[in-house]
Amino acid sequence: METWGAQHAAGGRLPPSLRVLRYHLFSYLRTWRSSLTTSFLAPVLYLAAMGVGLGSLINHHVGTVDHVRYLSFVAPGLLAASAMQVAASDSMYPVMAAIKWIRTYYAMLATPLAVKDVVLGHFGWVTVRLVITSVAYLGIMAAFGTVHSALAPLALVAAILVGLSFAGVISAFAATQENDQGFATISRLGLIPLFLLSATFFPLRQLPGWLHPLAYATPLFHGVDLCRMLVLGQLDWVSAGWDLAYLVGLCALGLVLSRRLFTRRLVV
Amino acid sequence: MVARFGSVRPVHPPSVSSLGAPGGGVEAAEGAVVTARRLTKAFGDLVAVDHIDFDIVRGESFGFLGPNGAGKTSTMRMIACMSPRTSGTLTVLGRDPETDGPAIRARIGLVPQEDSLDLQLTVLDNLMIYGRYFDLPKKVIRERAERLLAFAELTERARDTVEPLSGGMKRRLTIARALVSEPDLLILDEPTTGLDPQARHLLWDRLYRLKLAGVTLVITTHYMDEAEQLCDRLVVMDKGRIAASGSPAALIERYSTREVLELRFVGHEPPGHDSLAGLGERIEVLPDRVLVYADDAERALGELEGRGIRPANWLVRRSSLEDVFLSLTGRTLVD
Repeated sequence: METWGAQHAAGGRLPPSLRVLRYHLFSYLRTWRSSLTTSFLAPVLYLAAMGVGLGSLINHHVGTVDHVRYLSFVAPGLLAASAMQVAASDSMYPVMAAIKWIRTYYAMLATPLAVKDVVLGHFGWVTVRLVITSVAYLGIMAAFGTVHSALAPLALVAAILVGLSFAGVISAFAATQENDQGFATISRLGLIPLFLLSATFFPLRQLPGWLHPLAYATPLFHGVDLCRMLVLGQLDWVSAGWDLAYLVGLCALGLVLSRRLFTRRLVV
Repeated sequence: MVARFGSVRPVHPPSVSSLGAPGGGVEAAEGAVVTARRLTKAFGDLVAVDHIDFDIVRGESFGFLGPNGAGKTSTMRMIACMSPRTSGTLTVLGRDPETDGPAIRARIGLVPQEDSLDLQLTVLDNLMIYGRYFDLPKKVIRERAERLLAFAELTERARDTVEPLSGGMKRRLTIARALVSEPDLLILDEPTTGLDPQARHLLWDRLYRLKLAGVTLVITTHYMDEAEQLCDRLVVMDKGRIAASGSPAALIERYSTREVLELRFVGHEPPGHDSLAGLGERIEVLPDRVLVYADDAERALGELEGRGIRPANWLVRRSSLEDVFLSLTGRTLVD
């Protein structure tokens, strides 16, 4: 088994994992138009519908949520949730396609590239996608007047961590699948409930108490919590520390799992 | 002990003894690009490749002939450093795939059984992407792509997406792609399976040119005509073992007769072994036809008529590797 850092043997100068990333960028530049909506249109639509539409109703009846107007409350939650969506969808069908349908990974593995490079390149690519969508989201949030802290740019890091923590475990799962049926289940039973119940749209205290431990156990809750603290400037260092530790831990777990399950699938 | 023979049928000591090292040792033959000793691949209880020995020499065209499930692809994937061996030793281009996989793959071109082209991208982009995996400069890839596309007769399609191309074109593109890194060893796993006869002949012509250009080729196939056309030397694989090895001509000479008389009997039972006895050196009764192995098939046919046996139709042909396989295993290559 090759080790994690043996680029020198592989010919060429660019580290092999970056060659995989370069492939993703190349292929994206050929087909980028189709992803414009997820990157830019979705945030505008969500912020307009949830924030402005629903928000004006809430502001009218309740006033503020956690001391800010509803639009400002919901926007960081949407930032984290969109990172989850982008990373999850890039780690489901594209991974299955590269294994079964187009067999891109097999083409890569016939060259100096190794499984670790395929995995790291995938993570690198998801990171690039997360940077693009999160920067766009934060920019649009600023345009909507919902950014209240100089710490807000750090919310980009939080959003990227949220995305990568989902990308890791989901791509590891994708590498074990024979068809795409499991992805619909992940969306229906995983992503959509998380999207709705991770304090994205309302404070956690609105949920019945017995659901609180469940929310704490899920990654999106921590991502939303961290993004919201950073964008609104209401930082609680202890819970921010827990959020960060949770997300970093899940990213690391996802990376290890992906490498193991990609190897099991691709190198037989 | 030279090549390792399966227990399929007792065989004579091989006359073509260039396979393997003397004395059954593990040292590689001189000029060997690939050396395998007791190479084994198991998937759980299933032993796909069972202790095989072979040497592939620089510049030659080496074949693995056998039916589906004989262990050809598993062997190929081990040589291509894409699949770890279970046991035995394997040296490819002087290195061990277990420790130097990426470095070896940097010098190998692989044409896999299943296409792995990027269908959404153009023909040229596919070459570009692949060359970039080797970190070749764009300029170098572009120069090579021009030559390779001409070689693959795809110049006109360079800017078209791959998806609508025919099977033959996709295979030729896959071969061009495997050559973009100018490999020392080109591995082709069933290069013409699923192609129509015209596409196959074009592909054979291209592979023949590569052979003339001195590229070391390793080819798996279950088509005996392909093996006869392209391979300087080959091993016949069956059930994970090497049943025989040598040049196509030598194998035919050793395991078959010069000619074969094929008889078909339509509408009535084929005559039994007894009534055919002595017509040739060997008789094979298959479900659809009877094969009479004889050095002079015309004479056997004359004798058949003399015995009053009238087949519905008959064919006199030269012996092929198919006959070798049949003689070794009692089964046909493609059923």
